[in-house]
Amino acid sequence: MSSTHRDSPASTEPNEHPASSPLSIHDMTVAYHRRPVLWDIDYDAPLGKLIAIVGPNGAGKSTLIKAALELIPKVAGEVLVFGKPYRKQRHVVGYVPQRESVDWDFPVNALDVVAMGLYRQIGWFRPVGKRHRALALESLEKVGMAAFADRQISQLSGGQQQRVFLARALAQDAELYLMDEPFSGVDAATERAIIDILRELREAGRTVMVVHHDLQTVEEYFDEVLLLNMRMVATGPTSEVFTPENLRKTYGGKLALLDRVGHQMQQGGARK
Amino acid sequence: MTGRPKSALTVVQRARRKSDRLSTWCYMFLAVSLLFSVIGIAVISEAWRPLMKWDAIDNTMVLASVLVAVACSVPGCFLVVRKQSMMGDAISHAALPGVVIAFLLAYMFAGEDHDAESFETIKRSMMFGGAVFVGVLCTLLTESVQRLGRVEGNAALGVVFTSLFAIGLLLMRAKADDVHIDPDCVLYGSVENIALEAYLTGQIPSAIWVNAIALAINVFLVVLLFKELRISAFDPTLATTVGINSRMLHYGLMTVTAITLVAAFETVGSILVVAMLIAPAATAYLLTDRLSWMIVLAMIIAAAAAVVGHASAIVVPDLVLRPLGINSVESVSSTGMTATVIGGFFLIAIFFAPRHGTVSRALNRVKLAIRIAEEDVLGELFRRVERRDTTATSAVLERLGQLHRRSWLNRFALRNLVSADAVRRDDDALHLTEEGVLWAGDVVSSHRLWESYMSKHFALDDDHLHEAAERVEHFLDDEMRSRLRDELGDVDVDPHGRDIP
Repeated sequence: MSSTHRDSPASTEPNEHPASSPLSIHDMTVAYHRRPVLWDIDYDAPLGKLIAIVGPNGAGKSTLIKAALELIPKVAGEVLVFGKPYRKQRHVVGYVPQRESVDWDFPVNALDVVAMGLYRQIGWFRPVGKRHRALALESLEKVGMAAFADRQISQLSGGQQQRVFLARALAQDAELYLMDEPFSGVDAATERAIIDILRELREAGRTVMVVHHDLQTVEEYFDEVLLLNMRMVATGPTSEVFTPENLRKTYGGKLALLDRVGHQMQQGGARK
Repeated sequence: MTGRPKSALTVVQRARRKSDRLSTWCYMFLAVSLLFSVIGIAVISEAWRPLMKWDAIDNTMVLASVLVAVACSVPGCFLVVRKQSMMGDAISHAALPGVVIAFLLAYMFAGEDHDAESFETIKRSMMFGGAVFVGVLCTLLTESVQRLGRVEGNAALGVVFTSLFAIGLLLMRAKADDVHIDPDCVLYGSVENIALEAYLTGQIPSAIWVNAIALAINVFLVVLLFKELRISAFDPTLATTVGINSRMLHYGLMTVTAITLVAAFETVGSILVVAMLIAPAATAYLLTDRLSWMIVLAMIIAAAAAVVGHASAIVVPDLVLRPLGINSVESVSSTGMTATVIGGFFLIAIFFAPRHGTVSRALNRVKLAIRIAEEDVLGELFRRVERRDTTATSAVLERLGQLHRRSWLNRFALRNLVSADAVRRDDDALHLTEEGVLWAGDVVSSHRLWESYMSKHFALDDDHLHEAAERVEHFLDDEMRSRLRDELGDVDVDPHGRDIP
């Protein structure tokens, strides 16, 4: 079901995981305290698409993104970004964490937060200059938040905070974006604004992977879908994969055997 | 409503300026009365007299305290925003076994000749290094305990630093009795001894040098690494993805914190140093919304507290004890008073901080009450004009008085509206000016739009709508009104059949 892109000029060698794929995950397993939470994920993201990562709570959606970004260790497997290890490709990857992951009372304003997306570009030891502030303001403008640049971030509504995070990702000017629930807790207007921006990114040839909760909007918003529940259930174009049958498989509870084996691995091996 | 000539904004702004001025006056009154009462007490009680004896020793003590407090306040800011304030406490306690072991090692290796001057230098450096080493080790151990034992962070911290501190105490009791080590010096410090040393030898004491160097290191690192420290404190995962190693910065910060704390031991001791570390930063945190300003403010607060604290140590005991008939006390611990003063500063910040402070929140409530009263006056006038009812001042005020609240507030609101040119007064009758009509129209349309919205979505009888809308009408802005209009789909009249302006 994983889709290779034959029409892409960049793929030279007949590799199973093409270099043109923005994100190739090869047999990746991730565990907490030896208990696998993601089993043997094997996935190639197609270039220039909006991709939804869909699955029930505890399916490992955020874990997938974090492990791909090496924020948490993998037990096994390999992740390639445009054919190279992530470590060498950090500059082409933009990450939007969950809104709850930071302290919104932190003494920074919206512009400061957006400018953080430029820190790689600015480089070590150098302060944030005028030019960078202008760039950050531009990103804020794109998400309709320029008027709030000076606001301390706790003074923003949930939707506005999410837009600030998005503006920060835009400032990073990445080729591949990984977003952890950018639509959670935002109002309808913000949701529209966010999806417009995601579409613009797609028009510009960027690839965007989004952890998404709202099954109602998957078909409307996303070209591709990755159904996840501790293992990959299905992946491919939304029209083909987002079927009642596949959804039942994804949401129909965890695989009892998988859970059992995971438990044994945590306890330190099966009793014989 | 077709073609609005002017926006209601200008007249609203004029009215706002009025009530802003009111709160500025309140603030100034409070500040001035606080200042005068302090000066008054000092003058009447003649408590300032001991300050006449201020001399070179006092200067040295203040210099030492200022250096310590300012140096500590810098890493303190990062600990506070990272919500790791207790880490400072832990490091300063955990350093004790480091001091003792280094001390014992120094004696072991020195053998017989431990009177040489070079031995003293080596011993001091070893104790310093040992303390910093164990301090940093404490943070590493805490993280390991947290991971291995799967306990919550603060629990791990509590176990690790108290154990290390206890080991330090045991070692000191068991071994240090043979050799000369003064536990009081580490635990409480003595800025008085440092000043005395300076006075007797005529040289700048080493404690002052050490703290000056710690301060220089802190300022240098913060200027150099400000953005890196900020991102790794705010969002360590993002920091990692943009190539800034936040773990490394974390340990760097812990090391610098340990160095700064250990440098301060001789002057203020390992217990009160935590006050210098955390309190100025926490105070500054309340006063500003930018990290850069927070650091600058924390340094200023720390310096001010050290100066005021030393002066208070001279003045306050006399002031408090003399009325009780005790005359023998001349002054108390300068460090203790400094820590107390920082605590006092923090308390003042809790009340007076511009946004988070209780006083400013109370003032905002007053401002809101004034605005609501103003808008009620406008709404009432608007409706009276609509019904072709009398707009006599007394009738309007009487009606508002029946509706709610205090009459002085209504009178004040009316006066404010007149001086902001929203309302004109002819003899006894009140008229809305052109701008006043716009503002009042916004208020009334908010009210009626909200009534329409409620009657569409809420299971509520029509005669219950008014009161709810009375509350909400003051909180709808232009954007909300246009969204309500969109949502309701071109309504012209409210549920009671009145036009929506």
